[in-house]
Amino acid sequence: MTQQTLRQKLEILADAAKYDASCASSGTARKNSLGGKGIGSTEGMGICHAYAPDGRCISLLKILLTNHCIFDCHYCVNRKSSNVRRARFSPQEVANLTLSFYRRNYIEGLFLSSGIIKSSNHTMEQLVEVARILREEHDFRGYIHLKTIPEADAELIHQAGLYADRVSINVELPTTKGLTRLAPDKDESTIEGAMGKTKARIIEAKDERKRFKHAPRFAPAGQSTQMIVGADDANDAAIVGRASGLYKRFGLRRVYYSAFSPIPDASAVLPLKRPPLMREHRLYQSDWLMRFYGYAPQEVAQATEKDGNLPLDIDPKLAWALKFREQFPVDVNRASKEQLLRVPGLGTVAVRRILAARRHRTLRLDDVAKLTQSITKVRPFLITLDWRPTVLTDRADLRALLAPKQEQLELF
Amino acid sequence: MTAMQHVSLGAHYVVHLPTPDDFAFWRERARQLIQCDVPPDRVSWVEPGGTGDLFAQEGPSRGERRLPLPEKSARQVRASKRFMKLARNAALHSDPERFGLLYRVLWRLQSKPRCMEDKADADVRRVEELDKSVRRDSHKMHAFVRFREVTDETGAEHYVAWFEPDHHIVRANAGFFMRRFANMNWSILTPRGCLHWDGTTMRESGPARREDAPGGDPVEALWKSYYSSIFNPARLKVGAMLAEMPKKYWKNMPESELIPELIAGAQAREAGMVAAGAREDRKLPSSVDAIAQGIGACRDCPIAECSTRAVMGEGALGARLMIVGEQPGDQEDEQGKPFVGPAGQLLDEYLTKVGIARSQAYVTNAVKHFKFTWKGKRRLHQSPTAKEIDACRWWLEAERSVVKPRVVLALGASAARGLLGKTVSIARARGTPMPLEDGSELWVTAHPSYLLRLDGEARAEQAAKFESDLEAVRARLTQIAGC
Repeated sequence: MTQQTLRQKLEILADAAKYDASCASSGTARKNSLGGKGIGSTEGMGICHAYAPDGRCISLLKILLTNHCIFDCHYCVNRKSSNVRRARFSPQEVANLTLSFYRRNYIEGLFLSSGIIKSSNHTMEQLVEVARILREEHDFRGYIHLKTIPEADAELIHQAGLYADRVSINVELPTTKGLTRLAPDKDESTIEGAMGKTKARIIEAKDERKRFKHAPRFAPAGQSTQMIVGADDANDAAIVGRASGLYKRFGLRRVYYSAFSPIPDASAVLPLKRPPLMREHRLYQSDWLMRFYGYAPQEVAQATEKDGNLPLDIDPKLAWALKFREQFPVDVNRASKEQLLRVPGLGTVAVRRILAARRHRTLRLDDVAKLTQSITKVRPFLITLDWRPTVLTDRADLRALLAPKQEQLELF
Repeated sequence: MTAMQHVSLGAHYVVHLPTPDDFAFWRERARQLIQCDVPPDRVSWVEPGGTGDLFAQEGPSRGERRLPLPEKSARQVRASKRFMKLARNAALHSDPERFGLLYRVLWRLQSKPRCMEDKADADVRRVEELDKSVRRDSHKMHAFVRFREVTDETGAEHYVAWFEPDHHIVRANAGFFMRRFANMNWSILTPRGCLHWDGTTMRESGPARREDAPGGDPVEALWKSYYSSIFNPARLKVGAMLAEMPKKYWKNMPESELIPELIAGAQAREAGMVAAGAREDRKLPSSVDAIAQGIGACRDCPIAECSTRAVMGEGALGARLMIVGEQPGDQEDEQGKPFVGPAGQLLDEYLTKVGIARSQAYVTNAVKHFKFTWKGKRRLHQSPTAKEIDACRWWLEAERSVVKPRVVLALGASAARGLLGKTVSIARARGTPMPLEDGSELWVTAHPSYLLRLDGEARAEQAAKFESDLEAVRARLTQIAGC
């Protein structure tokens, strides 16, 4: 076999990494390269340096150290039995690539993951080595996200957290049944055990920083995880329930959803269909409802249809409002913040603006129109000084009025 | 109206700003004018290169000199924190009306200190819009500046970028690039002025042209490879990309030239992947006949193309025991029945020995077609690949759901993979049952053909193990029957 060039390796190992949804580079400790030897800064806000035609942002150099893997997870393009081209970077190569991209302002930092080679510990050592080279030899102060391997030694995961801004462990599938079926080499209790340990360390390190100014930081941007949607038969209610459990138990910053998309040389166990992108979008919307709008997981589950899935044609907030019409309309001039947040079509920004504006005037429909994205969408749920949707809220066809218009068929 | 004594009645004032982004200068003059009670409609603000004002009767320098001086007793000018925050950004906008707008809002703030909170007010909304578009422009500058490496006259590395901002944001963003690339020599060239950093000091220079920036960098080839590899063709969402990376930025980003080609190829790539693994959303067949028909027509793996027929399992429906082999052999393929060849005979022999009646069990294979290579006139068995076993796993699941065995006995590693979805070692897995999803239990042992390939002591040893595995299964079956 001929030696692969750096470019060939990059193509293989970036291609293999694209099924990881996370690319966030935000929410870490502020740092910059003034007074140091190297380069890099993080200033709170994440930066997306480019966007691919799939609409996803490219913020980090997202690659695998290697796509050789001793595991055989059916949904994964890099599983042992998959017939894809394999490649392997040395830690030094990854560090050099990261630096030369960073110097040209292509990226915010590195997101490094890996297939499991030899053993979990060996692989984790290699990942940590990349972070060590960047941080210690090159004084790199940009963002580093390391995927940690749940089966690896606790000491190695600790090392990873000291170098990285964020660490993550994927729970992969929403149900235990799905995990045993599709990822036969992985084990839920090991994954959750490692997440629990990481959480404890993050809390411990924060506490130490309060007392000692120079205590080392441990994963200042927290930990996150990813779930694959559509590879097993878990419904949205189950997925939302699982996600909220993860947020609560492990203090996760984010749970990412990744619609299972066709992969080259797929395993026969999985149905190959177009990825359920709309479903993924609805799940993210419900995630937002829980994180920013004060909905409880049971309330999101209330918005699901009979099969336990969120409706695809309307967003979960509207679905909830249509089911609980007795809570509407609400008076914009009197309602509490919590009530306003439940109005479909009012986002957190619009609600903040309404609350501020109504101190200065009694709001009319025209005023609300200036503060929101679309007045037609919110109108049926609001009372203003000059507007009261007497009939609208009770109409049986309200859903049809508010759902996005179906595309008209072409003449045949 | 005391200050009116210093202001000539009805006079119009023109303020000329030294640079388009000089917020501090505007602040100074605005404070002075408000202290003299000059209402917004009597001040014009002109930036360099601006057209001036129709009402201005004086030349620029004289207009500047005519600004009234406030009395010592004039009250202090006040502004909310929110206004200051927005105004600093809004002042950088390219809208020529911005300074007038800011002065108007500042004027109103004196009598109505909380007017910035009234988000339904037209002026307040305009200030917010200006702030927002300037912040967006700065953010896009942080994101889309692309440095190219050149070697300067001293032989040192120098990184140079060309960027075209919409607003007067260059100077305001010098700090960001300095903090990020503190130990690098870099220059950012723009049509609104340039920044140069040498590791210790920041230098500014006048507007540049695109031709002044270097034309390429070898690392761009790597970056483009990365860009096209990280893109997932199955999730094409061009609108989402354009919303965040509008076309106006494309001309200065090396990767953007790949976009049309990636979009054009995406659907074909995705369709290819779906077709390669085509397996429409079908339901598990619910009867033995349906399965038998299904496997005959199945072309999910290439084995089916060569063998004579698909070999269906046989035995009692509702049998407590299901025995799963690897795949039909030469004899089985001829006769269309499982386990009728030499391995089948050996299996029968051992089953009788431990007291399991084959007629009471359901016997089938993990793979339903015979895989072989020709050696002369003989068809020589070939092991199925993991992928082929996985493809056939679906049919085995259908059989299990119809037969509903309590105990499944896998003969050999291929059978175990067909049931577990992963490859296990026989030596490690044998002897202890493993739970399966549907509540039944799986016992694993060697395939009888393995015994056929051994002789002497090794065969005796393996035969004993095989027998004791079958014996354990029989004991378990008796136990189940008993309760």
